[in-house]
Amino acid sequence: MADPKTLYQAEPADARIVEPLDMMTLIYQRRSGITHMVGEPVPQMLEAMGEDAVDAATLAARLAVSFDLGGQDDAVTLITERLEELAELGLVERVTDA
Amino acid sequence: MSRDAMLLVDALRDPATTRGLDAQGWTELLSMARAEQLVGTLAERLKIESVPPKVAEILAEARINADYQHRSALWEADCARRALAGYGGKVVLLKGTAYVASGLKAGEGRSIGDLDILVARDDLSQVEEALLAAGWEWVKPDPYDDAYYRDHMHELPPLIHKERDRMIDVHHTILPLTARRRPDAVAMLGRSKPLPFRGGVGAGPVSVAQGLTSPTPDPSPEGEGRLHTLAPTDMVCHSAAHLFADGDLAGGLRNLWDIHCLLGEFSSAEFWVQLRSRASLHQLSEPVERAVRLAHQLYGTQIPQEWAGWDRQDKWYVARLTARDGWGRPTRQFIRLIFYIRSHWLRMPLLMLARHLWVKWRKG
Amino acid sequence: MHEFRVQVGPAAFRIGSAWRAPIDQLAHLYRDYPQPDFTDFTVRLEPTTWLRRWLRPSVAIGGDYMLPDAAPLPLAQGLLAAEMAMNLQMALGWRRHLLLHASAVERDGRVLVMTGQSGSGKSTLSALLGSEGWRFLGDEFVLLDPVTGNVVPFPRLISLKNEAIAAMQSAQPDARFGPLLAGTPKGDIRHVVPPADAIAQMGQGGAPALLLFPRYGYPGAVREVAPGETFMRLTQASTNYVALGEAGFITLTRFVKSVPSRAIDYQSGDEAIALVEKLWERLA
Repeated sequence: MADPKTLYQAEPADARIVEPLDMMTLIYQRRSGITHMVGEPVPQMLEAMGEDAVDAATLAARLAVSFDLGGQDDAVTLITERLEELAELGLVERVTDA
Repeated sequence: MSRDAMLLVDALRDPATTRGLDAQGWTELLSMARAEQLVGTLAERLKIESVPPKVAEILAEARINADYQHRSALWEADCARRALAGYGGKVVLLKGTAYVASGLKAGEGRSIGDLDILVARDDLSQVEEALLAAGWEWVKPDPYDDAYYRDHMHELPPLIHKERDRMIDVHHTILPLTARRRPDAVAMLGRSKPLPFRGGVGAGPVSVAQGLTSPTPDPSPEGEGRLHTLAPTDMVCHSAAHLFADGDLAGGLRNLWDIHCLLGEFSSAEFWVQLRSRASLHQLSEPVERAVRLAHQLYGTQIPQEWAGWDRQDKWYVARLTARDGWGRPTRQFIRLIFYIRSHWLRMPLLMLARHLWVKWRKG
Repeated sequence: MHEFRVQVGPAAFRIGSAWRAPIDQLAHLYRDYPQPDFTDFTVRLEPTTWLRRWLRPSVAIGGDYMLPDAAPLPLAQGLLAAEMAMNLQMALGWRRHLLLHASAVERDGRVLVMTGQSGSGKSTLSALLGSEGWRFLGDEFVLLDPVTGNVVPFPRLISLKNEAIAAMQSAQPDARFGPLLAGTPKGDIRHVVPPADAIAQMGQGGAPALLLFPRYGYPGAVREVAPGETFMRLTQASTNYVALGEAGFITLTRFVKSVPSRAIDYQSGDEAIALVEKLWERLA
């Protein structure tokens, strides 16, 4: 559904407060005042994105360095799904080409 | 208790007048301010006054609440922007959200409820579809009300977002189509300007409302994908229309305070000339002139000589605006009734009103 | 307007009523509480229409903060209307502490917090513990200080429902009770005045040391509750978490990370108290 070339960009790190709990992580987004409860690999994704605009494949490759995400295709599908969800929530923004 | 809301008006106009208040006086002032949705504004005005410690705590809470409302309002506007990213026309923020997004004095401490936007009438169904696709849904599925809204009102029937539980009002003009005055919505859209940040609202890491911004550079100078606000003269016309040409003056003191702030912020020789001609264009001369006079009378707005004066009916408006006692109760029931009747008369011709009330009575 | 003022913990209320009776009842039950000059909130008990002041009198709840569709109550339940109105002011207007819908008792400077749905028994348990060597801090709202993380007392009249009324009357026959309010939307309700030490020491709070999710009417059991679940349940139990923004997030995460939480099931007051004492000794 989503175009694989879509670029996604996270807000700067100080735009949120991240609190890992036992089985989930809490993310407080300052701009919206919304508290999100997220599971893996979302916190890792946000950290790996930094301030760059990345596509799903690039991000999957970054994460694969430290985490086992299954096969290449599965990893990209998984990451794409999470990125789309995060875009709907406003935690990352879809960047259109200049 | 013979106090009325002039106590609140005085406090806003000149915070130093609160220095003489005792505990009872403060209690009454705060009850009035809360009843009039002005406690956040009062907190802003009293920022540099020294007030009793217990009062300071309440005002601090009012600020927390205002910050919360501003944060929610700006976020809601941003969600609407993203939902309407595919729509090529202008999306204009109205009222409180517009003031806060623009960093205007009128936005400081202001209480904000729903999101109000203005779009071109011809594009209503496209806008409606985009919002429904992005998670908004209808509040009232009643077909009579629905038909009534679409044919006669100045806005779509109300929409609410199913997850965030926040309402959006989509306007295509600023007064009901059945009202006697016909403001020029096309002209208002035409003169509207984009908000400065990419994305329109606090695209930096922390929201505008919290006073810390780091605007990202603007890549689309034409205003693509950005939210808009009305030109200052149109903002004043809209606010005056809302206050005097649509409704029974509920929330009037807050509405008039908005006007006072807008006039103060934008005042210049050119502005006043433009305001006169803009008001005339929108058939809103009388409401705008009354709004300016009353802002001056009550809140002490600096206005040019030719706008000052006193109309015979002004005293009734003042009586209605200040009809609140120290318990926060509405007072002057007879005057309220007069304005209530007037508000219905303003909205629609007599025959339509009769039919509308008949249908409502049958159903209720 | 007949008028009454009362200070409860950090909050002061001004209550106005078109009728004398509710004011007299409040004055009688709150007679040991301070009566402040300056008030944080105003509550109004008013007739729904002019006629309803005398004919089948009907009390509409008004005040600084109001809900648009609040259903009116008969005058006989005027005391309940006043209590509900005070709750509403706190829920909608109090922003200097994080509010949790919970009860609390204190011992040795440390606080036990109990939270759950209506009927979980948190009110009754706090009332029972409050006369069994613990100090009662509140049964409706627990106030968390955003700076220190401590619980601030808010000891209003304890609201007992249905079977809990008889249970409390036999456990504490000397306590001061309000009138029996039968046929309210929540069944029978009776208010009881907190013990003297709760009122005398309402300016002193304590650090939260244990959180319980009690559930009345099930065979005795104890279950550990993970921080994630605790956090989620507490946001649902808070009326002002969202409004507090970042301060709310920080206060609640600190609470969840530093306070152990357990779910307890019980079938009698004695059983509950035994469970509480055991857990307190082990965890607090």
